[in-house]
Amino acid sequence: MKWALLSDIHANLQALDACMAHARSQGAQRFALLGDLVGYGADPGAVVDRAMALAEQGALLVKGNHDDMAVSPPESNRTVGDSSAAWTHEQLSATQRGFLQALPMTRQEGAMLLVHASADAPGRWRYVYDQQVATLSLDAASEFPEVRYVFGGHVHFQTLYYRGASAGLMKFAPTPGVPVPVPRHRLWLATVGSVGQPRDGNPLAMYAMMDIAKSQLTFHRVAYDQAAAAAAILRTDLPAFFADRLELGR
Amino acid sequence: MKLLESGTLLDGFLVEDCLHSGGMAHIYRVHYAEGARNPGFPMVMKIPRMTAGDGAENIVSFEVEHQIMQVVTGAHVPRFVAAGDLANIPYLVMEYVVGQTLQQRLDQGERLDATEVARLGAAMARAAHSLHKQDIVHLDLKPANVLITPEGKAVLLDFGLSYHAHYPDLLAEELRKAVGSPVWIAPEQVVGVRGDPRSDIFAIGVMLYELATGELPFGNPQTAAGLRQRLWMDPAPPRKLRPDLPEWLQEVVLRCLEPEAARRYSSAAHLAFDLSHPEHITITERGRKTRGTGFRVHFKRWLKAAGMHYQPSPLVSQQLDDVPILMVALPHKDVTDATLYSLRQAVGRSLGLRPGARLACVTVISPSQTSASSNEQSETSVHRRYLNQMRQWTQPLDLSTHQTSYHVLESSDVAQALVRYAEGNQVSVIVMGAATHGLQMQRFVATVPIKVAMEAPCTVILVKQSLPFERLGHTGVESVKDDVPF
Repeated sequence: MKWALLSDIHANLQALDACMAHARSQGAQRFALLGDLVGYGADPGAVVDRAMALAEQGALLVKGNHDDMAVSPPESNRTVGDSSAAWTHEQLSATQRGFLQALPMTRQEGAMLLVHASADAPGRWRYVYDQQVATLSLDAASEFPEVRYVFGGHVHFQTLYYRGASAGLMKFAPTPGVPVPVPRHRLWLATVGSVGQPRDGNPLAMYAMMDIAKSQLTFHRVAYDQAAAAAAILRTDLPAFFADRLELGR
Repeated sequence: MKLLESGTLLDGFLVEDCLHSGGMAHIYRVHYAEGARNPGFPMVMKIPRMTAGDGAENIVSFEVEHQIMQVVTGAHVPRFVAAGDLANIPYLVMEYVVGQTLQQRLDQGERLDATEVARLGAAMARAAHSLHKQDIVHLDLKPANVLITPEGKAVLLDFGLSYHAHYPDLLAEELRKAVGSPVWIAPEQVVGVRGDPRSDIFAIGVMLYELATGELPFGNPQTAAGLRQRLWMDPAPPRKLRPDLPEWLQEVVLRCLEPEAARRYSSAAHLAFDLSHPEHITITERGRKTRGTGFRVHFKRWLKAAGMHYQPSPLVSQQLDDVPILMVALPHKDVTDATLYSLRQAVGRSLGLRPGARLACVTVISPSQTSASSNEQSETSVHRRYLNQMRQWTQPLDLSTHQTSYHVLESSDVAQALVRYAEGNQVSVIVMGAATHGLQMQRFVATVPIKVAMEAPCTVILVKQSLPFERLGHTGVESVKDDVPF
């Protein structure tokens, strides 16, 4: 079974479509969306519709902090995320909001545990950005005896954490397109990067593909129509900065 | 796992006799039970000794080899056939390579001459370079892991401690402890650096030292302090142990064994190049000395080494890209000044970005140009003439940071001679003239540059001639008059 793992789409329809097409061309049989369908981008409605259609075809989804915020936006507008949440809330239909609200915080499927942030306290939205947090997440996940892989997003970087000969967790920066062996006798945690809001200085969309039968994980970078995604943002009331950052990957 | 009996069937393989029973694994000769599936070469199966009593490192190193064997390719590794699931029945099936390991060779106790040592060293360096180009560092090169085939090619075995730049490094430790075999391990490996191709060059240096002198340069240290000695210590010069060794061989061996990786050969291709062309080696004090390094130097280095610690390595293939071997094909007849000028500009530009690049100037002459009977046309005098021409050609280039050598090849097929040279010496870039070798003719015949561009194992830069001052001579006084309105 080949799973396409997509996270942090952030209402970027162009990036989502490009990644889904790429995943299908790579033989993806099932999809998992790891949270933050909306926020920042211009097409929250269309992206949620795509997600609903995928869910009907058997895709697995978990909730992200921006999905939460879009359902019940904060009263204040203290951060750019807050103001984007209020705008997003307005764009979504009651059905779409209901869909987001009903998303689970974690999902287990065989050896995989899906969670947007850290598995030890999913609702605290803790960023898994180093070995220490990854250890907490992985320790919590090992309470599910079957789980060998924890996949998430939230941090917009592609990173693989693993335990080798040493006791502590090690951090690995994957090469896009190179299948990495992830044998099942070890525990693995991967942040798959962001489809619609890359922030590592490279504007290409990110996702990962897990081949369960071969125990191989491949991180991908995909080109998409950034100009169209940026233009769509400029046509809305969202800050122009949201458009600019797509082209810089910042 | 206990020893398998001959005749056991495992995942479709019929197990035959046990060829080797080592501390880490058993190696059996096998073939497919279903004869039609046999790949056409003999095969062996490696099964780790993984029982409850075995250490974790044993399991991890088999896992590392399991991963790397499935992706490494080329003539310098055994061909991969099949791998068993690690969680189920861990095994590896690979080509059984016919040959003799360097350990077997050493055990025979024969004294090798410098030419033979250089030949073995060049073969090992070529094999190591082939791995490095695939972003793999072996990190456990030693005589038992180097197999020499009857054709003289080196095949590298046992990837259990190797490093693959695109895979999570299972042997990396957050405490960065030494991973390797004490006799051959490089100083940077002692402090936990994994991923520097120059660590393999150090190990080749240890083997060359042993092949040349019969002694180990750093002994066989049993303690951490003994292991750290190589962070600052120079071994006794090989010529102190064996005075008949040529200076060039000592120069090469001691350069491989420099405690600081930056002072060793920058790539295994450079090492193979020197060992294949001893006459071009620049001999320094390092090659000449017959006495060990003094206390003062060692003490200073010891202080420096005390602070040596782990640093991450950049991607292996990127490290190689910075130290290419650049080859320029220089025509020696029917060549215009403009072509020679343009070639020089192109070489200067290519070298300019990479201080570690080395330059090989090559010209191909027809075998009929030399004659055994005439003194003036004797091989040496003809070659000397062309070598001097090439030296003059490089005069305007600043080659102070680039090792440079000059080579006259005799062949009636220029393109083939150039391609073979590039292949044999791991050349990264060929610079050659487009016009001189007849680019205009390419619609009618496959000309030399086209043949080279198609068959070369590397990038080929075809240089078109242009001379900035070429037009100066042609600018007639009259045309100037015409252009200037009074």
